[in-house]
Amino acid sequence: MSKVDLAQFHKAFHEESLDGLDAMEQALLALDEGADDPELINVVFRAAHSIKGGAATFGFADVAAFTHVAENLMDEVRSGRRPMDKAVVELLLRSGDTVRDMLSLSMAGQPAATAESQGLLAELSAMVSGVAAAAPAAARAAAPVEAIEGWDIAFRPFDYLLKTGNDPARMFRELAALGPLQVSCDATALPALADMDASSSYLGWTLRLDAGAKRAAVEGVFDWVDGDCDLTLTPRIAVPVVEPVVAAPVAAPATAAPRAVRDVAANTEASSVRVGIEKIDTLINLVGELVITQSMLSQFHDGVDPGQLDMLRQGLAQLSRHTRELQESVMSIRMLPISTVFNRFPRLVRDLAQKLEKKVVLDMRGETTELDKTVLEKIGDPLVHLVRNAIDHGLEVPARRLAAGKGDTGTLRMEAFHRGGSIVVEVADDGAGLNRDAIVAKAIQRGIIASGDGMSDDAVADLIFEAGFSTAAATTDLSGRGVGMDVVRRNVMDLGGTVSIRSTHGSGTTFTIALPLTLAIIDGLTAAVGAETYIVPLVSIVESVQVKPDAIRSVAGGGELFRFRDHWLPIVRLYDVFGCEGPRRAIDEGIVIVVEGEGTRIGLFVDELIGQQQAVVKSLEANYRRVAGISGATILADGAVALIADVAGLVRLQSRRKAA
Amino acid sequence: MNQHASTATDATDEVVQYLTVNLGNEEYGVDILAVREIRGWTPVTRIPQAPSYVLGVLNLRGAIVPVLDLRLRFGLTREEYTATTVCVIVMVAGRQFGVVVDAVSDVVDVLPGSVRPVPDMGTTVDTEYLKGLTSVGERMVLLLDVDRLLQPQDAQILEAALASSEAKAVA
Repeated sequence: MSKVDLAQFHKAFHEESLDGLDAMEQALLALDEGADDPELINVVFRAAHSIKGGAATFGFADVAAFTHVAENLMDEVRSGRRPMDKAVVELLLRSGDTVRDMLSLSMAGQPAATAESQGLLAELSAMVSGVAAAAPAAARAAAPVEAIEGWDIAFRPFDYLLKTGNDPARMFRELAALGPLQVSCDATALPALADMDASSSYLGWTLRLDAGAKRAAVEGVFDWVDGDCDLTLTPRIAVPVVEPVVAAPVAAPATAAPRAVRDVAANTEASSVRVGIEKIDTLINLVGELVITQSMLSQFHDGVDPGQLDMLRQGLAQLSRHTRELQESVMSIRMLPISTVFNRFPRLVRDLAQKLEKKVVLDMRGETTELDKTVLEKIGDPLVHLVRNAIDHGLEVPARRLAAGKGDTGTLRMEAFHRGGSIVVEVADDGAGLNRDAIVAKAIQRGIIASGDGMSDDAVADLIFEAGFSTAAATTDLSGRGVGMDVVRRNVMDLGGTVSIRSTHGSGTTFTIALPLTLAIIDGLTAAVGAETYIVPLVSIVESVQVKPDAIRSVAGGGELFRFRDHWLPIVRLYDVFGCEGPRRAIDEGIVIVVEGEGTRIGLFVDELIGQQQAVVKSLEANYRRVAGISGATILADGAVALIADVAGLVRLQSRRKAA
Repeated sequence: MNQHASTATDATDEVVQYLTVNLGNEEYGVDILAVREIRGWTPVTRIPQAPSYVLGVLNLRGAIVPVLDLRLRFGLTREEYTATTVCVIVMVAGRQFGVVVDAVSDVVDVLPGSVRPVPDMGTTVDTEYLKGLTSVGERMVLLLDVDRLLQPQDAQILEAALASSEAKAVA
C-alpha cells in the first residue's frame, strides 16, 4: 500500500477542528439557555463526528476514542433517548475543552491522553451506559476499565455494508490484534444461490474477545460502519474490584496538566487567515481591470499624440481608481469580524457567573464589525480582563441588586462599532459603578496622589489604570491581583488605541476602547525639518500652533516651555532630537505640533507642515534596527523614504531628559 | 605550494565565487551568494542616531533597506557620491542592506584551501571584518566577512540600553 504523507493535512485538520469546537460550544451555550432547536443538537453532533473521523484518519487515536464516546452521548440526546439537561451540557462543554487541549497536544506530537481526559472519558462513558450521572465524582473512580475481562460482540451489517468499502474480515483482524478472538458466523439469512446478490452482505457474526480492551478501542474498530450495522457490545465484567482510592493519583497530575497544555496551545496558534470567497473574487476582478488599464496606457509608450491626451488622462484616472480599490481590497483580506474575538465570551461569562453565583445576561452587538487581524489577536486579552472585572467587581450578587432596586440579573453589554476612522469596543455593565471614595483612599495609600480634593470624577476613574492599583477587598482567582487595568491600558496603547472609562455610582461602568482600523496604514501629517521630511501620526496630534518667542520660557538645563491653553508644555525640537541637517530655524519661523502620547502632551517643533497623507507603515527593524523616536518608515509619492515619528517614544525621551 | 595543495584537498574542493569590489587601490571579495543586486547610487534618507558609516535607508521595491559606506566603515573618507558610485545590495541572515563601494570589478573563483589568514597589518581595514585573503593571478583579494559589517552586536547593546532607560522612565 502506498503511504501518503498525512502530516501535510494536520494543520488544516487542527484548524478545522477548532472551528468545529467553537461552533459546538456556541450551540451548547444556546441549548443551555433553553433554546429548543433540533438543528443545534445536530451542529454539536456534526462537529464531534467530523473531529472523530479526522482524528481517526490522521492517527490521533486518543482524540478519536474520546470524541467517539462524546458522540455517543450526543446521539442519545439527538434520538430523544436522553433530555438535553444542564448536566449533559456541562459535561459536553468540558469535553469540548478537553478535545481542544488534546488536539493541541497531538499537534505538538505529544500523547493526547492526559489524566484529565481519562477522567472525563470515564464520566462520559458512565453517563452513556446509564450509570447515575448524579455522582460524577464517584463515577470517575467507579468506571475502572481494568474490570472488563472481555467482550461479547454481536455484529450484523446491513446488506449494503460491502458497498461502503468496509470489509468485515479486516475489522476482525483488527479486533484479533486486541486479544484472542473467537468468531462464529450466522449464515441463516443467506438466500438461495440464485437469489443472491454478490455485492450484498447476508451474514451476521458473534464474536468473543478475551481481552480487557477499553470500550473505546473495541468501538474504534467499528467506527466506520457506525450506522451501517446492528452492533451490540457487551463487556464481560470480572468481579469488580473498585477502589475509590484510584481517584487520588488521578487528581494529582490533573492539576499539573492544564499548564502544559496551555504552553503547547500558545505555540500552535493558527497563523493563517480564512478569507471569504467574495473578497477574493473582488480582487481577481480588480486585477483584471488593472491589466486592461495597463494595456490601454501601454499604447502611449511611443509618445502621445495631442489628440489622444484626453484618452491618456482618462486612462490615468482609471489607473488611480483601480489602484486605490485594489489597495482597499487587499487590506480587507486582513480584516476579520470581531465576532472571532467576541465568540469566546458567552462561555467565559457563563462560567464566571456560575462560579461567583451571579446572574448575568450577555448582550453582544456589532459582532460583524471588521478589524485588522493583528489588532484582533491583541485585543482579546484586554477584553477578557475587562469582562472579568465587570463580572467580578462591577456586577453585584442578586441579593444586593434586589436591595438596590434593580432586577436580580445583571446585564453585560459588549458592543463594537465604527466611529470616525476608528473602531470602538465598549464593555458596559449595569452594576454598582466605581466607588470614588474607595479609589481615592487606595490611591492615597499607594502614594499615587496626595489628596482627592478637587479631582473630577473622570480623573478619579482614570486612577484605576495606574500600575499596581486594585481596590478589591479580597483578591480572588479571577481578578484583583493588582495587575489589571494598567496592562489593559498598555496593550490598547501598543495598538495605537485609547481606553476611557465612564462610571455612575450605583448604575454601572462603561469602558470604551477606541482602536485604529488597521496598523498597516496610518494617517499622517508630513512635516519638514531642516532638509528632511518626517511623518507625524494624525491620531496623536492635538493641535498645531505658531509660538511667539516671548511666549517661551527657558528652564535650567536648556529646556524650553511654552504656554498652551492653561498648561506649560515642553518643546521638543525634532531638529535636535534627530540631529537633522540643513538650516536650523528659530522658534517663530516654524510651527509647534501639540501631540499627546501615553497621556502626556508635548510640543514638537518642526519647520513647516507640508500636508496630510496616508502612510503605509514599513518596518525599519526588518533590515536595520529600532531607532529611538522613530516608529517606522514609509515611502513617499516620489519613491523616497520618510521616517515616521514615534510620539510615545518622543514623550518618553523627553521625560527621561527631564529626569536626567 | 605543496602545502597549499594538501590543504586544498583537505577542505572541500568546491569553488566559492566572490564578487570583487574596489576601494581605493584594494580589491575586496564579497560572497556572491550573499549579493542580491548591484545598483547605482541614489540618494538615501538619513536615520537619526545612526553610526556615521550608515548613510541612511533607501526604498528597494517597497522594502526599507539600510545603506552603509564601506569607505566610511573602514575609516576612510569619501569625496562625493555620483551616479557612478556603486551600491551592492547583500542579504545576510534574512536582512538586506546596501554596501557602497567605489566600483565593482570582477567575479573570481576561490578554492577554500587557498584562503589565508590576514596578517594584522598593512591594510587599511580592521581585520575583524575580513575572513581572509587570497590571490587571483597577480592580484590580492581581501575576503569580506559581510555578516559583521552591520554589526548586530551594536544593535543589541543599543536596545538593551534603551530598554533599561525606558524602564527607569516608566518607574
